[in-house]
Amino acid sequence: MHVHKYEKIWLIFGITTLIVFLSVVGVSAFYAGNQPPSCLTVIDPEKVDTTAPFNEPGLKKVEGKDWDYELVFVAQAFAYTPGDVEVPLGAKVKVIATSKDVIHGFEVAGTNINMMVEPGYISEHITTFDKTGEYLILCNEYCGAGHHMMMSKIKVVE
Amino acid sequence: MIKSPLKSKVDPRDGKLAMAHLYVAFIALLVGGLAGLLQVLVRSGKFQLPAGIGYYQILTVHGVVLGLVLTTFFIMGFQLSVVSKTAGTFTDKQRTVGWIGFWIMTIGTIAAAVMILLNKASVLYTFYAPLQAHFIFYLGLTLVVVGSWTVGAAIIMKYAEWRRANPGQQSPLLTFMALVNTLMWIVATIGVAATVLIQLLPWSLGWVDTVNVAVSRTLFWYFGHPLVYFWLLPAYMVWYAIIPKIIGGKIFSDSLARMSFILFLLFSIPVGFHHQLLEPGIDAAWKFLQVVLTFAVVIPSLMTAFSLFASFETFGRSKGAKGLFGWLKKLPWGDARFTVPFIGMVAFIPAGAGGIVNASHQMNQVIHNTIWVTGHFHLTVATAVVLTFFGAAFWLVPHLTGRKLTKKMNKLALIQGSLWAIGMTFMSGAMHAAGLLGAPRRSAFSDYGGSAQAAEWIPYQIAQAVGGSILFIAIILMLYIFINLAFFAPKGEQEFPVGEALHPEEKAPMVFENWKLWLGITVLLILFAYTIPFIDLIQNAPPGSKGFKLW
Repeated sequence: MHVHKYEKIWLIFGITTLIVFLSVVGVSAFYAGNQPPSCLTVIDPEKVDTTAPFNEPGLKKVEGKDWDYELVFVAQAFAYTPGDVEVPLGAKVKVIATSKDVIHGFEVAGTNINMMVEPGYISEHITTFDKTGEYLILCNEYCGAGHHMMMSKIKVVE
Repeated sequence: MIKSPLKSKVDPRDGKLAMAHLYVAFIALLVGGLAGLLQVLVRSGKFQLPAGIGYYQILTVHGVVLGLVLTTFFIMGFQLSVVSKTAGTFTDKQRTVGWIGFWIMTIGTIAAAVMILLNKASVLYTFYAPLQAHFIFYLGLTLVVVGSWTVGAAIIMKYAEWRRANPGQQSPLLTFMALVNTLMWIVATIGVAATVLIQLLPWSLGWVDTVNVAVSRTLFWYFGHPLVYFWLLPAYMVWYAIIPKIIGGKIFSDSLARMSFILFLLFSIPVGFHHQLLEPGIDAAWKFLQVVLTFAVVIPSLMTAFSLFASFETFGRSKGAKGLFGWLKKLPWGDARFTVPFIGMVAFIPAGAGGIVNASHQMNQVIHNTIWVTGHFHLTVATAVVLTFFGAAFWLVPHLTGRKLTKKMNKLALIQGSLWAIGMTFMSGAMHAAGLLGAPRRSAFSDYGGSAQAAEWIPYQIAQAVGGSILFIAIILMLYIFINLAFFAPKGEQEFPVGEALHPEEKAPMVFENWKLWLGITVLLILFAYTIPFIDLIQNAPPGSKGFKLW
């Protein structure tokens, strides 16, 4: 099978670029720890209200962990609990969420917090809030007629 | 003795079967396009749906009718045509199989459509459990898939017959390509058939109470990504094997075209996790593995890009073009059969770049489920693929109906393509921009309780409405052209362009036709990428979910 010289150059260049790209992505994932949310913890979706930490949604200070606060959300059609929450500026926060019914999204607009919330699973993301302001939390996975009304707010305050 | 079918017309009996598919496809274009127009108008915030019609009902119509019906019917009609043209007329038995498949698909489509219109199935075209649609909706979609397998069987039978009649010969390029796409489709649709038949149908009938949500999603996305390659490969058939003939040039390399299709067969399927990167139930290492496999398709994509432009440049230089880009001027810009698909090729460049963002392990988190993604696939499937399909329809429809593409229709077709480019630049551009700011996809208009962030998205939503309205005009124009070519254009002989290789003496290695080998590797790659995480999803499953009807 004959391959034209220019095509060889083009493919070698392309494949090299691809290998470099995937290496960067891999180092970022496995060395720097930038992995997508993959908590792997399960929960009974019908017993969310009585299972810790979801029995007490909201912000909680924690000691002796790599993060300062845990921010717990319960998603159900078509609302999040809590409906709004204040977070101190510069706090390192582990956001923890689950769903009581169908699949929801959990996106904090203007940040990199974005995860799927699925019944039966716990979703987590660790982040630092380093800018004051009001951030909109919204559901970005279709969940029913009121999907576009499903929201909450994070106020980052000094 | 090999007949040269390249000189002949597609047999009218095969043409009738192909046209039946195209009629359904273009009816779907009208219905789905209208739904799309209503969506962008609603999202502008200036318009409300009348008569209590729900936004998500319209959205389900749009996704099912355009994503599943238009594409599948067009592709089946197109592939039947190219196989009939290049491998010879179907036997009566093969054609009957094709008709049975067509009717199964059509009945399935009608069943699913009725349920959506009755508002019993506003679950979008991805129908994620535990949202639970009426069982007839799932049954209808199953029939569409089973029907497509049946049409596919006709293509496989024809290919097998050709190989028996021509031992030791490489099959005609377009037949080879149609076969690869058919095989890929069959392997991929096993996933969606499994979730529907084993999980969703019994659950929606009340035979079982709960469903494993993560398993269902994983089976869906095992199918969901190859689905997009199933749309793309027929466009590649046009780009590789038909456009060179239209411009008066040659196929740059027959062997490399075959090789790139084989690579698409191998790397289209074991990659579904890049749609599930933000899911809690899948281990990050397995996600990364599938991200790497996803990017393997960069290689055949680069080969395709090279081959297309090499074919254009070779042609231009043969016409005496000078300088680095002089050959561009020699291309037949006045011919809609070339120019409209060419707009699609150009759109595929930003589309591919956006796709790299989407599939990247980390960057996905910035855009996942934002309207950026909608902007992305309106460049890929709704521009690159669809404009190529339209470009093919300009010669395929009159060829099959014994008519001719007139100068007037060609001109209208050029206007249609330009309107599409303009409308899509507005709509997709605004979607990409709003998505980066966080605007969600698949959501009706909302000011999110007066949120300042959501207010920033509204100007982009108005831009989407402007672009979407222009696109709807382009759709109407396309339907006008289609009806003209099918029923009113003057009788005549429209050429069915089939490209010839630049170096026909260079035969592709016969190993490309070794389907045991390629399907074997395909299955091994799938098992490698999916076995362990899939067992994990079942063994460590949470309690199942009962059904919800929340619309």
